[in-house]
Amino acid sequence: MALDVLVVDDSAAIRKILVRVLKQSEMDIGQVYEACDGVEALNSLREHSVGLILSDINMPNMDGLQLLNQLRADLMYRHVPVFMITTEGSQTKVMEAVNLGATGYLRKPFTPDQIKEKLAGLA
Amino acid sequence: MNDVAKPAYLADSVKRATSDVFSMMLGMEVEALPYRFEAEPEHVSGGILGLIGFSGAWSATATVCCTPAMACRIADALFLTPHSAVEDEVLDAVAEMANMIIGNVKTDLENHLGMMSLSIPTVIYGKNFIKRTLIKDHWVVAPFQAGDEILEVHICLIPTKTPEEKQHAFNRAFLHV
Repeated sequence: MALDVLVVDDSAAIRKILVRVLKQSEMDIGQVYEACDGVEALNSLREHSVGLILSDINMPNMDGLQLLNQLRADLMYRHVPVFMITTEGSQTKVMEAVNLGATGYLRKPFTPDQIKEKLAGLA
Repeated sequence: MNDVAKPAYLADSVKRATSDVFSMMLGMEVEALPYRFEAEPEHVSGGILGLIGFSGAWSATATVCCTPAMACRIADALFLTPHSAVEDEVLDAVAEMANMIIGNVKTDLENHLGMMSLSIPTVIYGKNFIKRTLIKDHWVVAPFQAGDEILEVHICLIPTKTPEEKQHAFNRAFLHV
């Protein structure tokens, strides 16, 4: 069954790259939805059910860690894999994301292969 | 001065971050040219500027500067589609490059200087403009060669003023006391 994905990043450039990498991967990817912050992500999730979320951390309105916190408190999204893809590479931020329940963490810059490697086995 | 905040360390951090971003995100190698320390970088009178900063115990303001042709090359490599003129996607690409380069410098520095927050990148494109920053010291100018084009990263890092110092500066400037 194809995996629907939500990509959350305030940078249109990064969203475009991630969508391309996902579609070019060997994974069975279905719909890829986009959101530019945590608020838009939660709104999107009310309309679309997804099996994977890729999220930035630094975003306006609601950042990636606040989004992660809300997702992990939601029965529907508690077990959905959430990967943080961000320029924030400090140990403090990584630990914060892990403690909130992030499935994985990847720093920008990244290569397409690194994304594929991180997501391998999900679909 | 903290060794990490010294210009040589800062310049090396910019070099590492810029090389990593170009090679990993664009598949392009850039050659780091000798960096300079300047009281104020030469006026940039045209082209594309990606502006970004970060703040915490230390504050930085930074600019990624390049020609429209270089910006189009960056966008070509980032999106894998050709760009012959500066359009939204090209400006987005420069903003994201500034975000990643300076974001990685911030991460490097905050291992030594404490946590800092990155600002939102802004891009300026045009001709006959003057960029001016109110800080007249401590600038590191790191040029990079990519083919025939040059991209420069300008960064200035200074300790953040304490609330008392800020109040004193405000009093002097506005209350004349």
